[in-house]
Amino acid sequence: MERNIMVAGFGGQGVMVMGKLLSNAVCDSTTQNVTFFPSYGAEQRGGTANCYVVISDEPVGSPMSDTVDDLVIMNGPSLNKFLGKLKPGGILFINNTIVKDAVSRDDVAIVKAPVTDISLELGNPKVLNVIMLGVYIGYTGILSEELMLATILGQLGKKASLLELNKTAFARGLEIGKAAKGK
Amino acid sequence: MKRTFMKGCEAIAEAAVRSGCRFFAGYPITPQNEIPEYFARRLPEVGGQFVQGESEVASISMVYGAAQTGTRAMTSSSSCGISLKSEGISYCASAHVPIVYANISRGGPGVGTIQPAQQDYFQATKASGNGGFRMMVFAPSTVQEAADMTYAAFDYAQRDRNPVLILADGVLGAIIEPVVLPPMRPDEEVSAMKKAQRSWALVGHDPAKEPRSFIEPGHWSIQEQEQSCKDNAALYDSWEKDAQEESLMIDDAEIVIAAYGISGRIARSAVSLLRKDGVKVGMIRPKTVSPFPEKAFDKLNYKRVKAILDVEMSIPAQMVYDVRLAVKDRCPIETCLRSGGEVIRREEIIASVRALSKA
Amino acid sequence: MEKVYGRTAAIQKDMVSSLCPGCMHSTMFKLIGEVLEKLDILSRTASVFGIGCCGLGMQYITYDNVTAPHGRACAVATGVKRSTPETIVYTYQGDGDLASIGLGETISAANRGENITVIFVNNGIYGMTGGQMAPTTLVGMKASTAPGGRNPKEHGYPLHMCEILNQLTAPVYLERCTCNTPANVIKTRKAIEKAFQNQIQGAGFSMVEVVTSCPTNWGLDPIESLKFLEEKMLTEFPLGVYRDRQEA
Repeated sequence: MERNIMVAGFGGQGVMVMGKLLSNAVCDSTTQNVTFFPSYGAEQRGGTANCYVVISDEPVGSPMSDTVDDLVIMNGPSLNKFLGKLKPGGILFINNTIVKDAVSRDDVAIVKAPVTDISLELGNPKVLNVIMLGVYIGYTGILSEELMLATILGQLGKKASLLELNKTAFARGLEIGKAAKGK
Repeated sequence: MKRTFMKGCEAIAEAAVRSGCRFFAGYPITPQNEIPEYFARRLPEVGGQFVQGESEVASISMVYGAAQTGTRAMTSSSSCGISLKSEGISYCASAHVPIVYANISRGGPGVGTIQPAQQDYFQATKASGNGGFRMMVFAPSTVQEAADMTYAAFDYAQRDRNPVLILADGVLGAIIEPVVLPPMRPDEEVSAMKKAQRSWALVGHDPAKEPRSFIEPGHWSIQEQEQSCKDNAALYDSWEKDAQEESLMIDDAEIVIAAYGISGRIARSAVSLLRKDGVKVGMIRPKTVSPFPEKAFDKLNYKRVKAILDVEMSIPAQMVYDVRLAVKDRCPIETCLRSGGEVIRREEIIASVRALSKA
Repeated sequence: MEKVYGRTAAIQKDMVSSLCPGCMHSTMFKLIGEVLEKLDILSRTASVFGIGCCGLGMQYITYDNVTAPHGRACAVATGVKRSTPETIVYTYQGDGDLASIGLGETISAANRGENITVIFVNNGIYGMTGGQMAPTTLVGMKASTAPGGRNPKEHGYPLHMCEILNQLTAPVYLERCTCNTPANVIKTRKAIEKAFQNQIQGAGFSMVEVVTSCPTNWGLDPIESLKFLEEKMLTEFPLGVYRDRQEA
């Protein structure tokens, strides 16, 4: 079994951190192979950011696949650019606060979550990636909620206020993901 | 075994420290900046020294200086930066100064691209500087291998008193994977390793009591220079036993992929998928590209093997020349190549194998 | 009878100099050796020699030595000193090595304030390669690569290393000396001693520039060379202490 995941969005949306947290949690809490690959460019700020996560029972070969099982889209330009990579039957996660375009495919599952809105509601736009991670785990269930949360809390800031914020953000995402799965 | 989730560049640096490396000098260049950055944080914790050199040329000279004292010392760079280090690497090889360096290679020639490529094979294995010297060159394909090979590289460098190169690429430098880190050598052991080098090391000797340290990157006497070349040649010949490779499913293979480093790991998963489809494909993945594991190619059954597929992120192909020497015309050799910063796709390799398999 | 003067233990007993008549490198190797003995650091000194005639000394000295890549002596010395601080490290470099191909390494090591001693031998010409123009070649002075003499419009002007390094904050000691008279030789030895003492004390970067002659490539005999040195070289490269942070 091999699962290819791609996360894409604007620089500053925590796209890389989301990919890293997910793959780090796999490393910490399973014996599976996992590889995180950040795309890199010459620019230090702005532009698009994307990363690949591969989780596999066998040693990971290609750290970036032509086609992915799960595609997480945080902004509009990324949807147009990467939608073609999603396998038929794959899962598309969309930050529908800012991605308003209609999805031009009907052979994939679509999970919409207004993660930018929720992050603003929680008072910190930085947590949109943690919310999306909640959505992802809630929907796919590829890792236990507890293990994922442990990695999030372990990696992101030890301040009490941040701990609470990240817990809440993750929980809000989980709800959306589970609800979408239940449909 | 505890798994640590670590970036390739950082695993190389940490493994170096654990192996006893206590000096690093380097100069910024993408995609290897995480190596000097890691050393800058880490070396002070273990009583080591980090210097950001004013250039690649200066950095390798600093490492040449530090390693002469018996200190385990390292530098790193990428492609065009490695070219600049050629001067100092040649000096190290000539003067028998054991250093380790890493090339997190990118597209080329010239400034090329900052994206991953394998365009530096000839430079790494044939001519890393003037004078026809050679080095052991390790080509890791995973973060785990990068850590293990770097750890071992210092031992090989000191065994042979010769530079050792870790030839990686931009993907391997940037990916994060679980790694079981090699054990940290205790301070006492690191000090003892340095002291063991004292007889030849440039640390000061009393001329009245003992032979001085005289580190010669060249010789005034042509007889001595020729003898030095002969000694070097004998050393290089002795490496046949050190060649390492991964031979995967070659027993019944009709198509055999030859690939190293990043291409090798991508090819490995291509082999796995093709085998599930019943395609008789195998792989030889050199882990040392110098010495090249020629003997692994002698183990192939050439009555069965229809073709070798050389897979590289280099255009034109480079390793293919070593493959040809090893295959000795016993079967056709084809190539599957990408470059310019394009990471070769597993699907491309699969398509190439299928085409050869049907032919 | 009491022995009042002898060959320094830093120079090999059985070697005959192959340096040109009138060359001052031999004087320099002797002075450095005498200082190392006097300071009792001979057994813990590492010399880093440049490429060119300066490097010929490796055959004559008795103590630890390495040849640096051309121009990189200050970088090599940085590596030696940083990794083994108890070792006394000095570089010995000519003008082509230190001020042309190695200008970046020299300035950067000085700017970092590396705790090393730099001995810079400036004779205004490339010696070993056969009289090519150096960064310190005087205006009008002929060189094999400037057959009409150094022309400022084409080649610019001589480079003044003490003055250049004196623009930096970190160096602790910069002095320009020469070896054309017994009095100046003694002054040069004192300067070298100071430059090593600074290192022993951990003070930082010291450089002693020594203006010397190259009779062979200047096309003059040794006596004429001394006159040229006095009249021309020392006018362009004034002697003196440019910086002394360790002065009481």
